Amino acid sequence: MEQLFFILLALLTLSAALMVVTTRNLLHAAFWLILVFFGIAGFFILLHAEFLAVVQVLIYIGAISTLIIFAIMLTRRIMDPQQPRFNSQWGLVGGLAALLFVVLAAVTTRVAWPTTSATLPAEPIKQLGADFVGVYAVPFEVASVLLVVAMIGAIIIARERG
Amino acid sequence: MVPLTWYLVLAAALFAIGMFGVLARKNAVAVLMGVELMLNAVNINLLAFWRYTALGELVGHAFAVFVITVAAAEAAVGVALFIAVYRQRDTVNVEELDAMKG
Amino acid sequence: MHESSIPFIYNLTILVPVLPFLAFALIVLWANRNKKLSAGLAIGSIALSWLIGWAIAFTAFGAHEIAEHPFRMARAWLPASRAWQAFGFMVDPLSALMLLMVPFVCFLIFVYSYGYMGIGKPISAHDQRGWPATPGHVDPLASRFFAYIALFATGMIGLVLADNLIMLLIFWEIMGLCSYLLIGFWFARTYDDPKKITPKEAGLKAFLTTRIGDTLMLAGILLLFAQIGSLSFNDIFRPETLEHLATATTHLPLVGPVPWATLIAILIFCGAIGKSAQFPLHVWLPDAMEGPTPVSALIHAATMVSAGVYLIIRTFPLMAAVEHGPALQFIAFIGAFTALFSATIAVAQNDIKKVLAYSTVSQLGFMFAALGIGAYIAATFHLLTHSFFKALLFLGSGSVIHGMEHGHHEGEQETSRRGDKETRKQGDKEVSGGGHHLSTHHLSTDLPAFDPQDMRNMGGLFRRMPRTAWTFIIGGMALAGFPIVTAGFWSKDEILADAWVHGHTVIFVTLAVAALLTAFYTARQIVMTFFGAPRTPAAEHASEHDSIFTWMTIPLMALSVFAIGFGWVGIPTTFPVLGQWSSNPFHHLMGSLAEALHIEAAELPFAATPLLTSVVVALGGLLLGWLTYRRVAQIGQRIGDPTWSPLQMPDPLARPLGRVYTVLQNKYYFDEFYGRVFIKGVQRLANWLFHFDDAWVIDPIVDGVGRLWRRLSEWGHVFDERIVDGIVNGIGAVTAAVGSALRFIQTGRAQNYLLVGLAAASVLLGVFLVLPK
Repeated sequence: MEQLFFILLALLTLSAALMVVTTRNLLHAAFWLILVFFGIAGFFILLHAEFLAVVQVLIYIGAISTLIIFAIMLTRRIMDPQQPRFNSQWGLVGGLAALLFVVLAAVTTRVAWPTTSATLPAEPIKQLGADFVGVYAVPFEVASVLLVVAMIGAIIIARERG
Repeated sequence: MVPLTWYLVLAAALFAIGMFGVLARKNAVAVLMGVELMLNAVNINLLAFWRYTALGELVGHAFAVFVITVAAAEAAVGVALFIAVYRQRDTVNVEELDAMKG
Repeated sequence: MHESSIPFIYNLTILVPVLPFLAFALIVLWANRNKKLSAGLAIGSIALSWLIGWAIAFTAFGAHEIAEHPFRMARAWLPASRAWQAFGFMVDPLSALMLLMVPFVCFLIFVYSYGYMGIGKPISAHDQRGWPATPGHVDPLASRFFAYIALFATGMIGLVLADNLIMLLIFWEIMGLCSYLLIGFWFARTYDDPKKITPKEAGLKAFLTTRIGDTLMLAGILLLFAQIGSLSFNDIFRPETLEHLATATTHLPLVGPVPWATLIAILIFCGAIGKSAQFPLHVWLPDAMEGPTPVSALIHAATMVSAGVYLIIRTFPLMAAVEHGPALQFIAFIGAFTALFSATIAVAQNDIKKVLAYSTVSQLGFMFAALGIGAYIAATFHLLTHSFFKALLFLGSGSVIHGMEHGHHEGEQETSRRGDKETRKQGDKEVSGGGHHLSTHHLSTDLPAFDPQDMRNMGGLFRRMPRTAWTFIIGGMALAGFPIVTAGFWSKDEILADAWVHGHTVIFVTLAVAALLTAFYTARQIVMTFFGAPRTPAAEHASEHDSIFTWMTIPLMALSVFAIGFGWVGIPTTFPVLGQWSSNPFHHLMGSLAEALHIEAAELPFAATPLLTSVVVALGGLLLGWLTYRRVAQIGQRIGDPTWSPLQMPDPLARPLGRVYTVLQNKYYFDEFYGRVFIKGVQRLANWLFHFDDAWVIDPIVDGVGRLWRRLSEWGHVFDERIVDGIVNGIGAVTAAVGSALRFIQTGRAQNYLLVGLAAASVLLGVFLVLPK
């Protein structure tokens, strides 16, 4: 049952992803991207990472997709749907991307990955919160500084200079 | 239960598709979407490995959260850059952005 | 060592590198509009670092167990495979000695920069960003300069305190970045002579050249990590680890089985070759002199370039893991060769800073040669003394150049005052127009523009700039190894003695000849710069009365004390007469570290031959130089003659040496050689690939295939035709894509570059798949 669900979700996500990179109309591509993000949130639930599934929906769909749609709208005037979608190297890229997939898949299926017998912590979200102010305190602070810097940087870059 | 390799193959496929988007699309916003796909593929990998090999500690979660943070920062800066470039060069076609040309 | 017995001062170790970093951050984020405040922040932070550094160093000198049990402060930081990499600092005798030198020299050079950059002077409205300022004005980007050098100080101090190779690499690269930024500090500057390298190009050249070494070094570090699973010095230097590395071998194609230790040592040494500008990667250092002079003194003489030597000293147990192995022989060979090779180039250079640059390369070669023959302590000693006197010489040369610029400025004004009205108008305009192109309009136009760094334009500065001259001469004597008095003598003598006593005759002779040449070109430089009569109006009007020279000459005096006195801490106890008063604290200290690391470093028995040799080559070289260039110094009577320029006068060596002199003057044509072979080579290859693709091979094949398919498909059904055509078009499109990617290897498009990365990653993964386990 779980496997069937996985296959269906994978088909949905991958075909949506293919639409993202091939659709001529960018706005449509952005909507396909949202579908991909939902699919991935579904995988997170399958993986028992419910918290991250919520984060995925909030950040990717709530924030990043919106941002991308904004960017598309703001540059609308020059987004001529008649223009070619791809640059001149797309054929080669397609071949190489397929090759990369084959090679990656071959590598991952051949390695005997170790498995664990540990069980999920009782309250994973609580544990995660504690970890962020404990073990991962420094990376966590660095990440927050990074976000602030990125935000300030984005404002300065995009600001109208007059 | 779904085997680990299924997730890995799925992530590989998503990564390759994203890669294709990054390398083959003309529009800078479309390139950014490709990058998002690639980052998501990485997140699937991180969580799958966590689920199957390190369930006891939440290291996979923590990494995924950091990846999402970086993705958010990257998207914000990326979009700001498009707007700046668009304003200056009146284009978001990556083929025309070749200031690095030697 | 128990927790309680650790002196409190060690806990402040982390502040030494962090304080300049704070200054950097504050300047960049907040203080950059106020030049005085920026400079003050940088100087204040480094002064604190210096005080704490000395407190730590002197505490460490007094502690006996510091070699056996170095002080460590570490925090788990980066998870890598099974172990965490630590973000850690340590204090042992070697890092304590470096702490004695690095923050102190940094502090003096920061103070000097205060004057050099003209802080406190008015801003000239005509100065552009990225150009040197007009004499008497502040550099428009002075805040940025202080931010960069503060960051650099963080890098160098962090490097000497790092307790593992990852940290060392991080600080190493911070310094590389600062070096690049500071060489290109005057990024907008261009020269009339198109052959002369601009600061921007010089910065790129330095960065890319050192990158070759750094990449190999990174490979070495990764191999080391793969072998032993840790990069902490503590783990690497365990006897059983070294034993394992020396005995386990790997099979190299063409070479055969090689111990891991040898391979890793040579790869790490490649990083040192790049950073310390050894042959064949020496080409970047002389061009790095395009940066401001304090930068040349700090980065390209005293600290960063000696980081390569420090790296080899630090990892010496690894280098020496295979006894008398090829790694050490390689180091000795490269070092000795570079020492002689660049000393010969220095003899024929006319730019005051270029001479010092080649001399630095040569002295670093001395240190590597010393390390290669196992003279661990002598190399450390020479590293420290050289830092003091070479910083002194560079700062002195900066003072000379500033003095010459001031003199040129004055001379211009005087000429225009004396000349007729027409000329005065033009002259005033020229002077007030400021500039970088204060052209020599009063000389005839076919003469090259005035170069304040050319020693042929100087002469007679001794009377005009006495403080600079005295300190410069002290530095020069230390470089030449003037017997007994100077620091350079003691350290150089110890290297020569080590080579002699351990029977490395070839190295001994090479280094002795290099030392002779060193003394010779030092004498040449001093005589041409300071003695005789001035040869240009600029030299005639040069002075050190301006207020900036107060800031600039005090560090010179402080450094000259060390250029003499620092040698006395390493006088061998076996030395005749003087030895009985010497306890040789330097040898004691480094000896304790050597003992802890199981390096053989006993004090040498006294030998007369090397001592006599070093006395003779030092005095002989100085005498020869003086005799040869004494006459040049006398020329100077023809200043008024507008058709005469000192640049026309031949060097006294040019005639007797003939062709050889030209070769030396052109630095053995290394730049031209690299330009032809590597840069042109890559361009040729690209061109060839294009032809290969477009005209000769691939296109005809594709065309042929296409034609064949088309003929076949004509016979088929409509459905068939479509499929076949699709394939043909697909092949065509792929080929076209390959063609366009190859045709424009330098497209400037990020997507093309990423494509190469994708292809490489796919292929590497594929290889990994195919390779047998």
